[in-house]
Amino acid sequence: MTLATLDKTRSIGSRVGVRPRAVAVGALALIGTFVVSVFGLGTGDFEIAPVDVVTTLFGEGNPAHEFIIGELRLPRLITAILVGAAMAASGAVFQSLVRNPLGSPDMLGVTNGASTAALAVVILGGTSTQLSIAAVAGGLAATLLVRLIAGRALHGFRFILVGIGMAAILTGISGYLLTRGVQMENARALLWLTGNLDGRDWGQAVPMALVLAVVLPFLLLACGPGLRILEMGDDSASALGVPVSLLRNGALLAAALLISFAAASAGPVLFVALIAPHLAKRMSRAPGPNLLPSIAVGALLLTGADFLAQHALDDQTLPVGVVTGLLGGGYLVWLLTTERRAGRI
Amino acid sequence: MTGHTPRLSGSAMTLAYDKRVIAENLSVEIPDGSFTVIIGPNACGKSTLLRALSRLLKPTTGTVLLDGRDVHSQPTRAVAKTLGLLPQSSTAPDGITVAELVARGRYPHQGLLRRWSAEDERVVIESMEATGVADLTDRAVDELSGGQRQRVWLAMALAQQTPLLLLDEPTTYLDIAHQIEVLDLCAELHETQGRTLVAVLHDLNHAARYATHLIAMRSGKVARSGPPSEVLTAELVEDVFGLPCRVIDDPETGTPLVVPAARRRTGVEHPAPAVP
Repeated sequence: MTLATLDKTRSIGSRVGVRPRAVAVGALALIGTFVVSVFGLGTGDFEIAPVDVVTTLFGEGNPAHEFIIGELRLPRLITAILVGAAMAASGAVFQSLVRNPLGSPDMLGVTNGASTAALAVVILGGTSTQLSIAAVAGGLAATLLVRLIAGRALHGFRFILVGIGMAAILTGISGYLLTRGVQMENARALLWLTGNLDGRDWGQAVPMALVLAVVLPFLLLACGPGLRILEMGDDSASALGVPVSLLRNGALLAAALLISFAAASAGPVLFVALIAPHLAKRMSRAPGPNLLPSIAVGALLLTGADFLAQHALDDQTLPVGVVTGLLGGGYLVWLLTTERRAGRI
Repeated sequence: MTGHTPRLSGSAMTLAYDKRVIAENLSVEIPDGSFTVIIGPNACGKSTLLRALSRLLKPTTGTVLLDGRDVHSQPTRAVAKTLGLLPQSSTAPDGITVAELVARGRYPHQGLLRRWSAEDERVVIESMEATGVADLTDRAVDELSGGQRQRVWLAMALAQQTPLLLLDEPTTYLDIAHQIEVLDLCAELHETQGRTLVAVLHDLNHAARYATHLIAMRSGKVARSGPPSEVLTAELVEDVFGLPCRVIDDPETGTPLVVPAARRRTGVEHPAPAVP
């Protein structure tokens, strides 16, 4: 890439646009998601060949296949794709806002806000609709609280420390709630807390899709360019005409909405919000929050993890959160070791 | 001051971070077309003044006027087309190339739909050529030397095409050769492009050599302002910095050159320590 002089055959415009590598990462992750989806839809008690899955998806299949795929397996898959995308987008925005690759909503108490509120509903014996509403409200409330306590400094350690503190307090409250519940409710609560896509139907997929349809365009068009500039520091961004606090609060609210709705749909599935943007950034090697590649990688991660959760063990299915926890934790350990060896941390 | 109002000025400003007041009743005028340098001891409020002028810090009382209007009542993007700033600490995002970073200077000129124009292309190339970083176009910013990096940041600020450009200690962390290189570049930009530059500098001799207008500050007040030859006297340096010194003519440029007084020996006479 090193050139001795300015190569006039390529314009600056062509050098500063979207990086081809980032497009490739996004495209590959989308193709991967599609492949995993086809296999996922075909695998189960009733096996369907990949060709038949594809024809069924295009509306040409036989009624039996249409029922099994359309009614039984597709809602869960779509929920996984949407939740994965939402978590990844939220993680990318959070990491960009706090300028720390570990600053994901899982670490900063937002996801804990959603779980604690949902847990309270479970213990009180509420319905699943009430649970979803509580999860969304809890996530947003936790975000707001962290924002208020951290004050003006959204970037850097103050926000992160307040977030970690919030996460710890909420974990404590969750623990207390679990001791108050009776056994049946506790089992349901623990399953939810692990993150689970079992039995998800259109009731979970549709709200998630609606939120994504509103929030993603807002993030991509209204916040994306500004977030890229904001990575250079508040002062630089402000000098370049970015309305810093407006952008921060807007992007933070949008990201909190995404992760809260995601948690309401599938529970607080661990590590997707942390790992997906990280992987996308590492592979695309592009500056900025890398929203689109992150979203595609997030969808791939969660569908892949859910495929493993359903089919890795012959005799039983796992909650998807167990798989993402194992994979994500493993990735994190590997990453920290290699980064340390490379002298970057 | 003259009857003509400059484009950028601050009047009767109180500058404070939360409750900590840095300056009270501070007024400054930045002469149009000048290369103004602000000097003063540590914590005298010179960087704070620059932050206020660049809209980063809102004065508790008083106003900063840009083209006759309160800078804080104007939209961020509108200000960014007139007033540029190179902050002391900017972070180059990981893996960003020189071209990408310089192109970000075009941000205030771009809209939601209009992303890259022939004008952007021309200005970015010109800015990179003016700062001598055109041959670094595709290099990653984080692998450049400190001097190169500072020139890239300057190129970005130039690409913003603002008639006024504020620089907060642009020579910090650079070795002496790169300091001179960056200041020469600033002087050249000031002369050839007719931009008004305002810089905070620590080195009095650099300030004297490059400034056309000097503002000396002490504990939140303007101690004196005017051409370097009038401002930078031995008496002022002693008064503002508490440093006894002589001011002689710079043999290269004839501008004031501050020579700190030799240490006065007390008690038993020691031989001067050997310089390694």
